[in-house]
Amino acid sequence: MITELEMGKGESELELGLGLSLGGGTAAKIAGKSGGGAWGERGRLLTAKDFPSVGSKRAADSPSHAGSSPPRSSSQVVGWPPIGSHRMNSLVNNQATKSAREEEEAGKKKVNDDHQPKDVTKKVNGKVQLGFIKVNMDGVAIGRKVDLNAHSSYENLAQTLEDMFFRTNPGTIGLTGQFTKPLRLLDGSSEFVLTYEDKEGDWMLVGDVPWRMFITSVKRLRVMKTSEANGLAARHQEPKERQRNQPA
Amino acid sequence: MALRLPSKVLKHILSFIDSNEDRNSVSLVCKSWFETERKTRKRVFVGNCYAVTPAAVARRFPAMRSLTLKGKPHFADYNLVPDGWGGYACPWIESMAAKSPYLEEIRLKRMVVTDDCLERIAASFKNFKVLVLTSCEGFSTDGIAAIASTCRNLRVLELRECIVEDLGGDWLSYFPETSTSLVSLDFSCLDSEVKISDLERLVSRSPNLKSLKLNPAVTLDGLVSILRRAPQLTELGTGSFAAELKPEAFTKLSKAFSNCKQLQSLSGLWDVLPEYLPALYSVCPGLTSLNLSYATVRMPDLVELLRRCSKLQKLWVMDLIEDKGLEAVASYCKELRELRVFPSEPDLDATNIPVTEQGLVYVSKGCRKLESVLYFCVQFTNAALITIARKRPNLKCFRLCVIEPFAPDYKTNEPLDKGFKAIAEGCKDLRRLSVSGLLSDKAFKYIGKHAKKVRMLSIAFAGDSDLMLHHLLSGCESLKKLEIRDCPFGDTALLENAAKLETMRSLWMSSCFVSFGACKLLSQKMPRLNVEVIDEHPPKTRPESSPVERIYIYRTVAGPRMDTPEFVWTLHKNPEIGVSKLAIK
Repeated sequence: MITELEMGKGESELELGLGLSLGGGTAAKIAGKSGGGAWGERGRLLTAKDFPSVGSKRAADSPSHAGSSPPRSSSQVVGWPPIGSHRMNSLVNNQATKSAREEEEAGKKKVNDDHQPKDVTKKVNGKVQLGFIKVNMDGVAIGRKVDLNAHSSYENLAQTLEDMFFRTNPGTIGLTGQFTKPLRLLDGSSEFVLTYEDKEGDWMLVGDVPWRMFITSVKRLRVMKTSEANGLAARHQEPKERQRNQPA
Repeated sequence: MALRLPSKVLKHILSFIDSNEDRNSVSLVCKSWFETERKTRKRVFVGNCYAVTPAAVARRFPAMRSLTLKGKPHFADYNLVPDGWGGYACPWIESMAAKSPYLEEIRLKRMVVTDDCLERIAASFKNFKVLVLTSCEGFSTDGIAAIASTCRNLRVLELRECIVEDLGGDWLSYFPETSTSLVSLDFSCLDSEVKISDLERLVSRSPNLKSLKLNPAVTLDGLVSILRRAPQLTELGTGSFAAELKPEAFTKLSKAFSNCKQLQSLSGLWDVLPEYLPALYSVCPGLTSLNLSYATVRMPDLVELLRRCSKLQKLWVMDLIEDKGLEAVASYCKELRELRVFPSEPDLDATNIPVTEQGLVYVSKGCRKLESVLYFCVQFTNAALITIARKRPNLKCFRLCVIEPFAPDYKTNEPLDKGFKAIAEGCKDLRRLSVSGLLSDKAFKYIGKHAKKVRMLSIAFAGDSDLMLHHLLSGCESLKKLEIRDCPFGDTALLENAAKLETMRSLWMSSCFVSFGACKLLSQKMPRLNVEVIDEHPPKTRPESSPVERIYIYRTVAGPRMDTPEFVWTLHKNPEIGVSKLAIK
């Protein structure tokens, strides 16, 4: 049959020039550029090390990415995940509309209840419907989302956030990866505090109002450095100030 | 003494045989059977437009009334095939126009179709009835207008996920007032608004209209008006549901739907507000197909809808359904045959995707008729795969996309080898398989050994070495299409199994270790294969042992193609000449 091609000295010595789109840190170049979206810079074959968020392979990496450039996400690989371009465009449009709306609303004092993005509280016929809301942490490039519906108290929520951002559990990602001591986001004793933006666009410390009231007014969360939280509505407010900050 | 079956009798028998696979087998029996078969075949399917010339097809099948063609490789859907690669419909249309003027139906998938092409179709085929374009590109709404205005007996016009240069909604007005034959219209992929009055009139004068898929630009009001005029629809793709919530709008919508007593299939539902979903409740009990994959509806609302769909056979949904929702599907939708769960986030780092392996396990346990699965999630376990295989040995199509490349079983940290072994072994009728997650060569050894009926296999970010490819090519007997990306192997396995490639429709490999030298050798030894090297940089500028970006290998009786762009290198068969581009313009 066919004689085997002589491979030479071994593949490991070859300079592998593979045209993968490995733009560092930028968003997916999935839409067609001139010549088609499939051309990119030359790079090496992607291995597990390129996806450091994967649990077991992380151990093999040199210590973490905290503070360094964000880990390469799989969204920067052309054609992955394998979603057809029509569907991908639709998802990206949804995303864009949402963030555009959020930007808009952040600047407004009054929020129009009729067209809420999906991850913000909605009021319909008096019933409140919740979805996932965004959580960002200072110093971490990649935001997360948390489902308030799945939580019953502040302690619950704080625990979830601590797990999300500070620990590596199987199946979840600890984005900072290095912290091992428990974090007290609620009692003001740690380096970070939990804050939220309410429907009127004000940033408040989490924990002041009853839970049920909190979840009707929260729009998004932020894990902020305590040092930066000084300007926020103080923990112990005058009663009338507190009333002013509650939703109308 | 051999008795020959009179050809009249054979013809009569053949008139009962529709399946092209069976007809292909009939053609191989003897010359006279070949002749009788070819003269009676009406529906022709060509899986790779470059495997055979249009002239050869026209010559062989003089009675052809329906032609189905596929162009670009499947991975073109994910932008892995550069623009301009090929897949042009025009040469086929030209040829058919000249030789098969009685052609009535054309179905094209992943091909480049121009307005000229569409105008040619409209002008050349007097009895043209059906045009279905799936994932095609290269034309504008002007071309559609040409079809609409000229094809008097047009029954079906479907544009499925095409990339169309949208010059406005006028095309719809080109259907003449005398046209009453429409049975199916799908313009869901177009952006521009059509005049609702044009659409209303078209619908009113088309009593046979059974399937209508609107584009997102059609409002709820428009939808209500259309439904009133077409209560006989069996398939409906709605327009956009995004509208301010008004009680009157809701009531009208509800009433319109409740009059559609024959509705079996529902899709569209872009931007649907959950408050509008109850308007659909009246049609749910009759639905067999529901496509919610563009509807960003969440959990409790989804279940309220789905628990009413007891006859549902096909469900496409976003991962917003969560495991809980899938558990509900498992208990309410006992007739389910096909499930597709798509991700709702384009940004993959949002790893709290709400479905896990548990969701699929629920459905596998509860839905006995489940045979086709496409499932996106972040990670999986071997145990789940083993359970799925045990519960659903009747699976025919299993496509699992674990979004994190190289993700192992997250409970045991092992590769997913054992899980996919169970699938390959247990699901004996499996015809299509897509694997993902962390997989070693062992997984492919199992697949090669057990997946005897698999015809299409898709692999990404997997395997350890050449053995992986070798296992697949030497093991999977029914393999017809193999597509691989980002796997660490190349030449040896490919060359050792070269003969296998002639039994397959095509092989796609991108970002692997296949060298240019191996491609050249393969091409020289296998004259009935087209070996295409798709690479931005001319292979001449690199040593022969260095890997190429992409290869696409397919069997063909048409020889090397003449329409390759500059980045596609079809290797010359004559070794003395060396490598040269064959696109002689």
